Amino acid sequence: MTATLVKETIPPALGAVERARRSRRRARIVALLFVFPALLLLGALVVYPVLFSVGRSFFDASGTRFVGGENYTEMFRDPATLKAVRNTAIWVVVAPALLTGLGLILAVLVEKVRWATAFKLLLFMPMAVSFLAAGIIFRLAYDEDPNKGVLNAAVVSVHDAFKGTSQYPTARARVGQGLKAGPDGSYRTSGSVSPGQSVALGLVGVAPKDLPGGARPAYGAAHRKAAADELAGVVYLDFTPGGGGKQGEVDRRESGLPEMKVEAVRGDGTTAGSTTTAADGSFHFAGLKSGSYTVELPASNFAQPYQGVSWLGPMLVTPAIIGAYLWIWTGFAMVLIGAGLATLPRDALEAARMDGANEWQIFRRITVPLLAPVLTVVFVTLVINVMKVFDLVYIIAPGPVQEDATVLATQMWLVSFGGGNNQGLGSALGVLLLLLVVPAMAFNVRRFRRSQR
Amino acid sequence: MNSAMNAVRRGLGSGLVQAFLVVIGLVWVTPLAGLFLSSLRSSQDSASSGWWKVFTSPGQLSFDNYSALLKNAGMTQAFWNTVLISVPATVLVVVLAALAGYAFAWLDFPGREAVFLVVVALLVVPVQIGLLPVAKLFGQLGLFGTIPGVVLFHVAYGLPFAVFLLRNYFAEMPKEMLEAARMDGGSEWRIFTRLVLPVGRPAIASLAIFQFLWVWNDMLVALLFADSSSQPLTVQLQSQIRQFGSNIDVLAPGAFVSLVVPVVVFFAFQKHFVQGVMAGSVK
Repeated sequence: MTATLVKETIPPALGAVERARRSRRRARIVALLFVFPALLLLGALVVYPVLFSVGRSFFDASGTRFVGGENYTEMFRDPATLKAVRNTAIWVVVAPALLTGLGLILAVLVEKVRWATAFKLLLFMPMAVSFLAAGIIFRLAYDEDPNKGVLNAAVVSVHDAFKGTSQYPTARARVGQGLKAGPDGSYRTSGSVSPGQSVALGLVGVAPKDLPGGARPAYGAAHRKAAADELAGVVYLDFTPGGGGKQGEVDRRESGLPEMKVEAVRGDGTTAGSTTTAADGSFHFAGLKSGSYTVELPASNFAQPYQGVSWLGPMLVTPAIIGAYLWIWTGFAMVLIGAGLATLPRDALEAARMDGANEWQIFRRITVPLLAPVLTVVFVTLVINVMKVFDLVYIIAPGPVQEDATVLATQMWLVSFGGGNNQGLGSALGVLLLLLVVPAMAFNVRRFRRSQR
Repeated sequence: MNSAMNAVRRGLGSGLVQAFLVVIGLVWVTPLAGLFLSSLRSSQDSASSGWWKVFTSPGQLSFDNYSALLKNAGMTQAFWNTVLISVPATVLVVVLAALAGYAFAWLDFPGREAVFLVVVALLVVPVQIGLLPVAKLFGQLGLFGTIPGVVLFHVAYGLPFAVFLLRNYFAEMPKEMLEAARMDGGSEWRIFTRLVLPVGRPAIASLAIFQFLWVWNDMLVALLFADSSSQPLTVQLQSQIRQFGSNIDVLAPGAFVSLVVPVVVFFAFQKHFVQGVMAGSVK
């Protein structure tokens, strides 16, 4: 407008104005050339697909019939997708909160040690590892067999340290040779014995290679005489290596079974004494009153070994995968929160210390409130990423458990490409994923606009 | 007296903190060590016992799995495919985002603010929503099942963050610097290559590393867009996961190889990487 006015009143300036206008137009063209390639790709491969997916989600599986909102109601009716919605909800509720909390604690603690940098690097490193590799790492770690999976190996050894292990899970007595089985898996002598007697309790079912290292032949102990107030005996493996022994008798080369728990039980069922067998399988109960007793081998001797936890079973598979996710993302939360921590005003903390506040009070009353903006950013980032989790679930959950672990992203894949072949429902699931991140989108845009003022 | 007790308590406290952090560190290292040691054991050993057996019988360790991997044509092909996907996808994102980022920061064109807000909004769009429509589009263009297809998809979904990061970095440049260059009669292209790119190097490095690791580690995109001749390591390994127990001698070394490259990049450029990730939070 002004340009036209100027042009008419002062003709000599025409050339300069025209030149300025032309150079402005040129500048605009240059600017558009700079942004065009990026915008073309964004338009064709991001914006257009979003619109297409929204449209496609209102059509049926083959894409020929308009079905309105049917795919969206189907999503909450179909048990498989409903499961995915539920699992994603669990992920979103649990993982970001755990990660932010853990990251905060570690960020505060790591400031107190001298090797903070090394520690941060170590915990951050999994961020560079692919979900696939992390998945394989945790498939190995979660192996159910405690001999192969490191997690169950740890769980079993902790369990056994507290509860003890049974030495002879496979041992059993031959029928009709002096021992009878109790309903709970224990064995007791079929007849009663009294002090001054000795008994030989033969068991089978233990492979010679499984015998404890210190086991010695039971022959000598079996022929020792018991004192008058003593009940003695031997627990032995009624099996002669290489054959030739006699069933029900302690032969010369037959081994004692050490560390077997033995109890002497009175006629009324109360326990008069308990002991464990020596290296040659011998045991004795001294100082017994006369009377009749039975000798019992409690069931704990024969308990099946504890097998640990079924991490990748239907019940625990989602928590287990969240565990792997923590391994990857904790470093991220810690480093980001740590960066926020570094910007806290030192004097506020010092003043609080001078006033005699303890570390916990400082943490709760000063550190956390001041960190709130950083914690929000970390939390929001994690929520967004957790909603899209795909590879970890796809890799860690074993085939049959896949449907128990499924989340929106894996379900969307399965429905659209993995045999489901319902691209209408698949698109609806994709749109749902997008809708779930819309609040984050708004958060980002708002944050950006505020930063521009 | 009181201060002495406080000192003791503090000493004890820091001892506990150290112990706690050491335990956490061990928990973090163990799974990775497990993968590495498993990759050095034969499939028979892996089928019968855990990797920690190597501490009592170190004879189990050998590089046989790795030499088998080298001879496995599918694996070496997949490794090269990973390189052929990651490198162009990184270079393209950096170039396109630097051009656009400069324009959004310093050049004038209609709708600049509005378009940039759209880019910010696109930051969080999940790749899932693009899979199906882009697959159809690539099918028509003959890009489906090819490396360029995979690359283009990665570039498109890497762009919002890349443009966002570089635009914000470029915008911090002092105005006088650019005006002086313009007064000297430098063309925008000249200013871009001679001034903006060198000044923007730290941000570009962060972006490049971040994008490279992102693409290198991707499985989902390649799972759909790559065929058997263009698939990267992640997809090649994923196809063997069904018989996990009997394939440990392939999966463990394969996973380790696929993980060594990004971890080396991470340690070599940790500062840039951490910066990139931090800038990319809320992505």
